[in-house]
Amino acid sequence: MEYHIQAPISREDASRLRAGDYVYITGTIYTARDAAHKRMDEALDRGESLPFDLKGNMIYYMGPSPAREGRPIGSAGPTTASRMDKYTPRLLDLGLGAMIGKGKRSQAVLDGIVRNGAVYFAAVGGAGAILSKCIRASQVIAYEDLGTEAIRRLEVENFPVIVVADSQGANLYETELLKYRQD
Amino acid sequence: MREIQASAITEAVREMCMEANYTLSQDMRERFEESARQEKSPIGRQIFRQLEENLKIAGEDLIPICQDTGMAVVFLKIGQEVHVTGNITEAINEGVRQGYADGYLRKSVVKDPIQRENTRDNTPAVIHYEVVDGDRIEITVAPKGFGSENMSRVFMLKPADGLEGVKEAILTAVRDAGPNACPPMVVGVGIGGTFEKCALMAKHALTRDLNETSPVPYVRELEEEMLCRINKLGIGPGGLGGVITAMAVNIETYPTHIAGLPVAVNICCHVNRHVKRTI
Repeated sequence: MEYHIQAPISREDASRLRAGDYVYITGTIYTARDAAHKRMDEALDRGESLPFDLKGNMIYYMGPSPAREGRPIGSAGPTTASRMDKYTPRLLDLGLGAMIGKGKRSQAVLDGIVRNGAVYFAAVGGAGAILSKCIRASQVIAYEDLGTEAIRRLEVENFPVIVVADSQGANLYETELLKYRQD
Repeated sequence: MREIQASAITEAVREMCMEANYTLSQDMRERFEESARQEKSPIGRQIFRQLEENLKIAGEDLIPICQDTGMAVVFLKIGQEVHVTGNITEAINEGVRQGYADGYLRKSVVKDPIQRENTRDNTPAVIHYEVVDGDRIEITVAPKGFGSENMSRVFMLKPADGLEGVKEAILTAVRDAGPNACPPMVVGVGIGGTFEKCALMAKHALTRDLNETSPVPYVRELEEEMLCRINKLGIGPGGLGGVITAMAVNIETYPTHIAGLPVAVNICCHVNRHVKRTI
């Protein structure tokens, strides 16, 4: 199936999406990768609030290249999601609605997705130039000292992703491979 | 003795860092198109279309093909009849510094692996020097992204493991890499030497022109067989299933010790960047 959805993601959208669906996202999403996740985790340990409300929001695992003059952002493709696995179940339990990245997730993350009715999307790795064209605005909202790893609020339009792990526990990386394996 | 100014090396490295990040080499582009035609999976074909469009936009608008513009790996073959006026290492790092700033490339290098403070200019580069005959300097710049670098492996096999052990090691590395390494990938393999030599060969193998094959007959056959077997793993473009998991397997070998059979597998994503220039 093909869907056009809004970000932040509604509970209805998150629960109807299935592994293998093509989805185009429009709205507001947030970037965070390794160093930002570590800081958010430490902030939660101290009982502090996070730089943005997690409820229904989407985190895009991405650190862009610098923007040329007149452009909102540089190359902006997904990074490997598994490096964030250590921090993710906690964020899911606090309301994180969806994640955009690439690559496999741990069982703890997949369980957290099912438990919270969330969704994990893959964007195409190494397609940073074309994906940057779907980003209309970008603003650093926290951890500016981290450079490319700072948290950014992005306004995206028809940002193309594929559902990899859905709220029913399906995992596209496991199922599609079997169709083409010949060994 | 031929004199080369260090500034000439800086300028070359500066330009090569930018070129490598906006455009793929001719051999990579050709192999990419050929692979796209062979893919059977609908999702895989869709991903190939997106990646072809991505390459077009990157080249036209001078946006890096991938936001991970890599840690700059530089291979330098220095003719022993050359004298460089100035500091070669500093000249290369200055070229990286200028190329990554002027080219709007991402600064992805941290000063210390544990303390992790960004150096903000993508230096230092990882530089491999080799002294060769002649009065020229050959520079290869190969910015390496870490999605695929993280999935690379070294296996210290036993001589008794033989060729079958090598094949299994390569398949294990690719299977474990799966979607994380941004397939369709290029697989660089080093067999023999020592612990560090095999890793260096695996890295260097990634810079080989894809239209060239190994001069050693059994290695050439191994390259062909491994490409075929990797593509039967089913991982496919983006790891979402398909018949094209790798576009090439490049293997280098070196003499080794009677007690060992080191094998390194350096995986590169479909953005296998390398630019070569001789001055």
